[in-house]
Amino acid sequence: MPELTLEGVRATVPPGTTVLAALQNAGLSPLRHSLSGGARGALCGMGSCYECRAVVDGLTVRSCLTPVREGQDVWRLEVNCDG
Amino acid sequence: MTAEWEAVVVGAGPAGLMAALTAAQGGLRVLLLDAQPAAGGQIWRGAAAGQRGKAGELLRGVASHAGITVLSGAEVIAAEAGGQSHTLTVSAEAGLSHIHAARVILATGATERFLPFDGWTLPGVVGAGGLQAMSKGGLDLRGVRVVVAGSGPLLLAVAAGLRQKGARVLAVAEQAGLPGVAAFGVAAARLPGKAREALELAAGLRGIPYWTDAALVRANGDGQLQSVTLRRGRREITLACDFLAVGFGLVPETRVAALLGCPVTDAGAVNVNAWQATGVSGIYAAGEVCGIGGVDGALLEGLVAGCAASGQIERLHDSPRRAETQRRFQATLERSFALRPDRLPSPSPATIVCRCEDVRHGQLQGFTNWTAAKLQTRCGMGACQGRVCGPACQTLYGWRFGGVRAPLAPLPLSQLLAEPNTLSPP
Repeated sequence: MPELTLEGVRATVPPGTTVLAALQNAGLSPLRHSLSGGARGALCGMGSCYECRAVVDGLTVRSCLTPVREGQDVWRLEVNCDG
Repeated sequence: MTAEWEAVVVGAGPAGLMAALTAAQGGLRVLLLDAQPAAGGQIWRGAAAGQRGKAGELLRGVASHAGITVLSGAEVIAAEAGGQSHTLTVSAEAGLSHIHAARVILATGATERFLPFDGWTLPGVVGAGGLQAMSKGGLDLRGVRVVVAGSGPLLLAVAAGLRQKGARVLAVAEQAGLPGVAAFGVAAARLPGKAREALELAAGLRGIPYWTDAALVRANGDGQLQSVTLRRGRREITLACDFLAVGFGLVPETRVAALLGCPVTDAGAVNVNAWQATGVSGIYAAGEVCGIGGVDGALLEGLVAGCAASGQIERLHDSPRRAETQRRFQATLERSFALRPDRLPSPSPATIVCRCEDVRHGQLQGFTNWTAAKLQTRCGMGACQGRVCGPACQTLYGWRFGGVRAPLAPLPLSQLLAEPNTLSPP
């Protein structure tokens, strides 16, 4: 099972999991804050809405379209997201 | 010309898989593109080639056919129709590539229609198909409380699927009325081979309240969804829940078709003839992009498009009859779940309509069309480029969404700066 790092914390997740599900299962919510400061989470689950963007190995990706891989370093868009 | 593919299929859901396999059986060298990490589309997300049934059979057929190349994780970001040869530009992990093809079959599917209401931006408010997709992607739903709301048969399939994953589905709230829903149920069960599927679905939903004529009022919570308020008749009901899975039907995904110049119907679907040919020479379309009709219609249209593109007309002897059955079913589907303004959520002036740019209902009400609203408010100009608020504005204000242009997805600067390579047939 792939081991990745979610905001500095190591996590082991089943293969075939998306980075989005890994973030959700770890309770890392909200995923971002909107322009006017509202808490936001994933909406469409299929790559259309761009609400689930996260930073994986330094690149901003849609986390719902990104499968987990061994050694990934995953952060929400705003590092200081405290919910 | 060796750099040219004989056919490129865009989208690897049921229609695209069927079209690719059929075209390859007809002798064409086929490239199958899909934006998702694995083939199957939304309805067959997570399906494996080893499994029984149509999904497994098609995935095996496509994977083992020497004439098909599958490229997953590849999103079409630009497309240009030429007289004899069409050019698509795709973005994938490896960067940008140009693809030249004599024929293009569009099987880009559909997305969910979201309508704004107070609280819909809270984390925990998700698409109905969206939550299904998240669950298939590994989201743990065991013991989680879910309210399913909106409209369409997808709500029922989602409710049954989520329950199977251990969720506690508290209610399914449908805006359509009981007579329409009942008419749909009868039509669906009458489709060839569907009676057993309908019974299985009914068994999977046993004990879940299904409320027709129900309106979604608002989602409540502070930074996270806590409860959902629904209206049945004159009574408001508030249910505490962890997820609100909401969708108001599906919208054909016509962006690539629009770049290629394919005419679109008033209902927002790509216009095709009996051979699934669009108005542009060499370009075909199949599945939900031509109108919402479900998996059987998508498979049939994929077959027709694949045959038409590869000249296998003899394989289509009974397709007009099957197409007629599908058309009747599709018409019942549209009638049964037609959106009723008095049952739809009503946004307040402060309700956000465009989630990317935080544009509110009160800012948009005064405009008469999409372009004016976009220029003045930035509605639809954020990361999703109107994929969510475009269909919402169409339903709320009657605006026709327009102005689709390349690139269809935001690109990393590194991809824009590098010279695209050309992806040629092997």
